[in-house]
Amino acid sequence: MNLWAIFKIAVRALARNKMRSALTMLGIIIGVSAVIAMVSIGQGAQAMIEDQINSMGTNMLYVSPGNFRQGGASFGTGQANTLTDEDVNAMRREVPGIASATPLTRANKQIVYGNQNWSVQIQGTNEHYAEIRDWEVQEGAYFLDSDVRAAARVIVLGKTPAEKLFGSMSPVDETIRVGNLPFRVVGVMAAKGQSMVGQDQDDTAMVPYTTVQKKLAQRPSNSINQAMISAVSPKATTVVQRQVTELLRERHHLGQGEADDFNVQNMSDIAATSAQVTGIITLLLGSIAAISLIVGGIGIMNIMLVSVTERTREIGIRMAVGARPNYIRLQFLTESLVLSLAGGILGMMLGGAAAAIVARYLGFPSLVSSLAVAIAFGFSSGIGIFFGYYPAHKAAALDPIEALRYE
Amino acid sequence: MEFGLELAAAVAAAGSEVWSTTMAKTQLGPSTIEAPPRTDNVIQIERVSKVYQTGDIQVHALRGLSLTIRRGEFVAVMGPSGSGKSTLMNIVGCLDRPTKGRYLLEGVDISTMSKAQLADIRNKRVGFVFQSFNLVPRTSAIENVELPLLYAGVPAGERHKRARGALEEVGLADRERNMPNQLSGGQQQRVALARALVNNPSIILADEPTGALDTRTSVEVMEIFQRLSREHGLTIIIVTHEPDIAAYAERMIHVRDGRIDSDEPVRERKEAAEVLLTLPSSSADKDDDEPLGNL
Repeated sequence: MNLWAIFKIAVRALARNKMRSALTMLGIIIGVSAVIAMVSIGQGAQAMIEDQINSMGTNMLYVSPGNFRQGGASFGTGQANTLTDEDVNAMRREVPGIASATPLTRANKQIVYGNQNWSVQIQGTNEHYAEIRDWEVQEGAYFLDSDVRAAARVIVLGKTPAEKLFGSMSPVDETIRVGNLPFRVVGVMAAKGQSMVGQDQDDTAMVPYTTVQKKLAQRPSNSINQAMISAVSPKATTVVQRQVTELLRERHHLGQGEADDFNVQNMSDIAATSAQVTGIITLLLGSIAAISLIVGGIGIMNIMLVSVTERTREIGIRMAVGARPNYIRLQFLTESLVLSLAGGILGMMLGGAAAAIVARYLGFPSLVSSLAVAIAFGFSSGIGIFFGYYPAHKAAALDPIEALRYE
Repeated sequence: MEFGLELAAAVAAAGSEVWSTTMAKTQLGPSTIEAPPRTDNVIQIERVSKVYQTGDIQVHALRGLSLTIRRGEFVAVMGPSGSGKSTLMNIVGCLDRPTKGRYLLEGVDISTMSKAQLADIRNKRVGFVFQSFNLVPRTSAIENVELPLLYAGVPAGERHKRARGALEEVGLADRERNMPNQLSGGQQQRVALARALVNNPSIILADEPTGALDTRTSVEVMEIFQRLSREHGLTIIIVTHEPDIAAYAERMIHVRDGRIDSDEPVRERKEAAEVLLTLPSSSADKDDDEPLGNL
């Protein structure tokens, strides 16, 4: 009694009740395609988010001044004046894993050219900012270290304010008003598009951070809002984070047991966290889809039980002519396995197609992963065996005499 | 003769008048028939009891029954319903095991075998023919005949050849592709007979093989049984309640109340081939038979 013969008998038995077999299979098809589609879409979304985080640079670190307390009132992160441009210079000097770093100072100002005006968040940076963010200057040039040292009134416009104020005209070398002060436009950045959270990254303008500190801030100070650091490689970020922390604690004279008055964020950590979150969402979607697969499995069990009852007489005949109980068990198990695997293969194609359509529509990278295929195959054959075993066992346990007498 | 002695001893121990006369008849049986005298016992049943438990009530279907059947015998088993003949046939066919006593099939004790071992014994040593034919529905005649070979692990090529040979034996070579519902009752029973033959079994066990057939078809089937018995020396056991049918056998056993009531050679044995000549041949053309459903 070879497996091929058992397989042929199983297929023929299923072919006798085409409608019933097809409907039973449909349960598995829906289940498997749901699992594949959900897992593929989840992984596509994950890949897209990872892509965006990577485009922001996984070698990036951000240092913000910590929350500070005054008379028992706690102020939010970034409100303290504890971080200065000197801290940034010290980091660049003393932490070897840092490729480049810039202080960031911010000011919200209205910029005016002729009869056009636009309200924009102005970033104060040093001359390395464009290079750290891997952002090209489309027209003109970024300001220089001499401009930073001199706290010069120069400005580099993002694409959005450039278009708002100048339309199709070239803004380079024009003079605009920032607040009440005239600034010379030295460059225009290339378009960068929307950020991950849907923010227009081009709606900005850059001036030397010193200019913000000395000329745009309400009260001149040497404190900065944030430091942006690029490490030499994504791998180096952990070490850089530790060394920056040590350096700043030393510079801020923090004793043991005292909390940091600053906050170092590592983009790799953020990437890992977001990967974890999307991973959980994928798992959740997959689990919900898996439930429909289990429902499909129960459908198989149901129909196999009906089939065993219907074919009691046939089972009796087979036993009488010498089929061992194990053969009967194997035959019914093969039938449920054929049902579930055929359903699995069809479901995989359907789910893959659904995932591809959704991916195209939402702009995800289309990923029908080998993992999803393995899961679907594993699940559908597992379900075939799990839900087919009880009916098969019931068939094998039949008494041939009773079975032959069954009407 | 060793078995005979053993049996005699067993019977003596039982101390039953009926049994000893039964024994005597059993031993007489073979000498009165024309089949080649062969001394080996195919079936040897020794003081077999079968008790069914249904709820609180115990049903004694067989009460210490003993029976010996020799190779090549053609035996008819008769008895009213409830006599225990079905139970006896189930045990002889290895579909069931005795509660007490021994059953040797070709010298092998099957009383203690597992279900899987019994399946193997049925596969190789027993050919079944049923009243309701019991062909696997929507499966062609030749595939039905191949079934025992399939479970015996015979390769496809040889399976086909042997199944075709068995179908030729029962005169249905031209119907091998037909489904059971495309065959008449007589044809279905002949397919069942071919299936019983195909594995060269030690015994062919037919349970009311003509119960669902008309007179002429019944005689035709009996003709095949007689031919197989004569030409191939097959051991055939037929369970029937029709004396007419039992008359085609050589030996007639009556079972009553779980015991053997009488066991004697058939006095006026009928020859199916001769009887066929006397019957009107209107339905002889089997090809025009109205196909019967699977009863």
